[in-house]
Amino acid sequence: MSKKYDEIPIAGNIVEPGNSKGYLTGGWRAKKPIHKDETCLWIKNGTCGLCWIYCPDNSVKLIEKDGKYSYEYDYDYCKGCGICANECPTNSIHMEDE
Amino acid sequence: MVEYDKPAVAIKEMLKRDQVLSAGHRMCAGCAAPTVVKLMGMALRGPTIVCEATGCLEVATTIYPYTAWEIPWIHVAFENASAVASGVIEATKAMYAKGNYAHEHVDVIAIGGDGGTFDIGFGSLSGMLERGHDIVYMVYDNGAYQNTGIQRSGGTLPGQETTTSWAGKVEPGKRQKKKPLTEIVAAHKIPYVATVSPGYQRDFITKFRKALEVEGPAFIHAYSPCPRGWRSETGRSIELSRLAVQTGIHPLYEVIDGEKYIMSGPSKRLKELTPMEEYWKTQGQFKHLFKPEWEEFRKQIQVDINHEWELLKKKCGI
Amino acid sequence: MTSVERVPEDQIVVEGLTGDAAIAHALKQCDLDVLAAYPITPQTIIVEDYQKFAANGEVDAKVIPVESEHSAMSACVGASAVGARVATASASAGLALMWEVLYCASGMRMPIVFTVANRALSAPINIHNDWSDTYGARDSGFIQIYCQSGQEAYDTTIMAFKIAEDHDVLLPIIVAIDGFILSHNVERVEMLPTEAVHKFLGKRVPFIALDPTKPITMGPLALTDYYFEFKQQQIDAINAVPDVFKKVEAEFEKMTGRKYGMFETYKTEDADIILFTHSSPGGTAKAVVDALREQGEKVGVLRLRMFRPFPAKEIAEAVKHAKAVVVFEKCLSFGAPANPLAMEVRTALYDLEKRPMVTDFVIGLGGRDVPPTTIVEGYEKTKEYLKKGKAPFFETLGVRK
Repeated sequence: MSKKYDEIPIAGNIVEPGNSKGYLTGGWRAKKPIHKDETCLWIKNGTCGLCWIYCPDNSVKLIEKDGKYSYEYDYDYCKGCGICANECPTNSIHMEDE
Repeated sequence: MVEYDKPAVAIKEMLKRDQVLSAGHRMCAGCAAPTVVKLMGMALRGPTIVCEATGCLEVATTIYPYTAWEIPWIHVAFENASAVASGVIEATKAMYAKGNYAHEHVDVIAIGGDGGTFDIGFGSLSGMLERGHDIVYMVYDNGAYQNTGIQRSGGTLPGQETTTSWAGKVEPGKRQKKKPLTEIVAAHKIPYVATVSPGYQRDFITKFRKALEVEGPAFIHAYSPCPRGWRSETGRSIELSRLAVQTGIHPLYEVIDGEKYIMSGPSKRLKELTPMEEYWKTQGQFKHLFKPEWEEFRKQIQVDINHEWELLKKKCGI
Repeated sequence: MTSVERVPEDQIVVEGLTGDAAIAHALKQCDLDVLAAYPITPQTIIVEDYQKFAANGEVDAKVIPVESEHSAMSACVGASAVGARVATASASAGLALMWEVLYCASGMRMPIVFTVANRALSAPINIHNDWSDTYGARDSGFIQIYCQSGQEAYDTTIMAFKIAEDHDVLLPIIVAIDGFILSHNVERVEMLPTEAVHKFLGKRVPFIALDPTKPITMGPLALTDYYFEFKQQQIDAINAVPDVFKKVEAEFEKMTGRKYGMFETYKTEDADIILFTHSSPGGTAKAVVDALREQGEKVGVLRLRMFRPFPAKEIAEAVKHAKAVVVFEKCLSFGAPANPLAMEVRTALYDLEKRPMVTDFVIGLGGRDVPPTTIVEGYEKTKEYLKKGKAPFFETLGVRK
C-alpha cells in the first residue's frame, strides 16, 4: 500500500540505502544457472570467482566457512542472464530452462 | 564508511568489500553497467558521493521507493552531472573548513552514459575539467541512448543500427565515426584519463583507483555492452567488452597530464587486432553490414580502425 | 529562534551602491559556502563584485565560475544537497537556460537564493528590463520577491536565506530587481555589520544532506505512484511561506527598524482606484498618485513584493473597497486572455461579493521607458471603462501603434 504524501520523506529522498533488496527480480528469469561443484575452482581452492565478479545482480554467493568453500545462487535476484555460465573458465555452470 | 588503503583486486579481498550497488535493481538481464559499478566499488578508498546523469543506470537503480545505492547518491538531470559534482565537492570543502562537515575529503564520482557524456553533458563535462575540480568522471559507454530506446549518440559506432540511424536500402546504419571523446578529454590536460573494460577487471580496478588518487579531475571511459540495444546474447556482455578491446574499437590505455600515453597490458599484449567481423557477428545491430552492398563501407571501417590503432601505438611509443 | 537586537546607528555603514552591488554586498555578509554563477547583463556586477570579495579573501565561500547558467543552477543544487548555503545570480537568457534545473531545485527542496536583474527575453535580443524572465519561471516552485530600491534589495537578499532555509519551507527563492533601472543606478544603502547579519541568519541547518556517514539517495525516479505526492508536499511548503516570511521580517525589523511586507499599500484606504504593479514602476506609480491626489483624485498604489506565493487573500482584503484595480505589468503571455500579473489579480478577486473592475496594461517591454504619463494614461482609461462598465481584457501602453 502506497503511503500518503505527508508520510514519506520530502523530495523523493530515499533514506534507507540499498532497500532495492526488497524488490525481487528473480521472476524475470527464463533460464537458470546450475552450478557443478566438482570442477569449480572456488570450491577446489578458493580462487577464480569470475562468476561472482561479473554477476550484475549480486546473485552468486561464494562462501568460506571453517576452511571449506561452498557455492550458492541467490535466485531471488538472478535474472538468468548467463554471464556466469559464459565466463566460467572450467565450464562448471550451465543454463537450464526454468 | 570504511577506508581502504588499497583497491580490492583479488577475489578474497573483493568478497570482504561492501557492495556499492545492491541487488533488486532493474537493469536489464546481462547489462554490463552494474558490473562496471561493482568494479568501481572495488577501487573506492573511503567516503564517496556519486552524482549521476539521467540514463539507464540512474533510472533502473532508483525507482522510488527503492534504491540500489548503498553510498550517497544524487541525480539532478541529464546534462549536468559534472556541474552537480562540482557543487558537491566545493560544498564539502567549504563546509569542512568552517567545521560544518564531518569529512575532510570526500571522493566525488560523476557517472554518465555515452549520451549524457559525449553529447548533452559535454559542455558541463568540459567546464568541470577546465575548472580542475577533484572529481572522477566515469562514462559507461553502451554506444547509444539505450534508455530512451536505442537512439544514436556521439558514442555510436560507424555501421551501428539504432532507431535514429536505421540500416536501410540506402543507409548502412550510422555513417559517421565515433566522437574521440577520450582524446578530447585528454586534451584538457587533466592529470589522469584511462579507458577500461569490465572484462579486464584487474586493469579496471587499478585504473579507477589511480583516478581517485590523483589531485584534480580524472576521467574513466568504461565500455559497457547492452544486450537489449545491441541484440546480443545476454550471457556474452563481458566477453564482448573484451572483444571490443581485441578488435581495437576500445583500446585500453592511460593518458597522464594529457601528454604521456601508456598502453595497458590487455591491449599491449595483442599480437594483432581481431577483425571487426568477429565483433559485428555477435550483434544484431551490425547484421546488415554483411550484405554485399556494404562491403566497401565495411572495409573502410576496418581501415579506419587499423589507422587509429597505429596512431595510438605511436603515441604510446610502441 | 535567534535573539536579534537593534543595530546601533554608529555600526551602520552607508554607501552609494548600484542595485547589483547592494545585492553583492548582502551576499558577502550572508556567510555563503558556495556561489556558482555565470555572467549576464545586467546581473554581472553581482558576480564580479562577489568574485572581487573572494579574490581579496573577504568571503569564506567557494566560488564556481561555471561555463553556463545551466551548470550554475546545477552546481547550486549539488552544493545545497551537501547542506551548503548557496547563491547564484542571472537574468533573461541565462535564467531561461536554467529553466530545467529550476524545477529540480524546487522539486529537490534546495533553499538556493537566486538574485535576478530582470531583463527581456530574445528575440530580438535586448538587454533591458522587463519581467518576462522571472514570470516565465512563475510555475517553477521558486518563491519570488520583487524589490523597488537598492536598500530593499539588500535587505531582502539577507532575509531570503532565512526564509528559504526554514524547515517548513525548504524552497529556492528569487530576489528580483529591475535590470538597469535598479541594477545599475546608484542609491543610498545602509549596510549592517556582518556579525549582525551572521547572528540574524545563523548557520544553515540542513534538513537532510549528502553525507557518507548516512547514505541517502536524492533525485530518484518517481513514477505514477509517487510523483504527485511530492508535488503535494511542495504545495504545503510554498503555502508555509507567508507565515515564515512574517516571522523573519519581524525579526529583521527588530534589528533594523525596516519592514516591507508581502506588498506595500500606499494611500489605498480611501482610494476608488488602486494602481497595482511592482518593482520600479511601483515608485513611479506612487509619484503619480501624489500628483493625482493633489488634483483631488482618490487613488492609491498596491506595490506587490511577493509574486510567489501570491498573497491572494490579503490582496483581496486590501483592494475590495475600490471600484477598480489597474494592473501595470512588464510581461506578455501571448494568446492569453490577460497577462501573468492581471490573471493573478483577477483570480484573487473573483470570490469577492462586490468585485472591483480589473484593467491590465502591459508596459515597458524591452526596457521601453515608463514615464509617469504612461501610468496616468492607464488610470484615465480605467476611469473611462468604469463609466462604461466595461474594459478590454488587456492593452499595451507606450508602444507606437
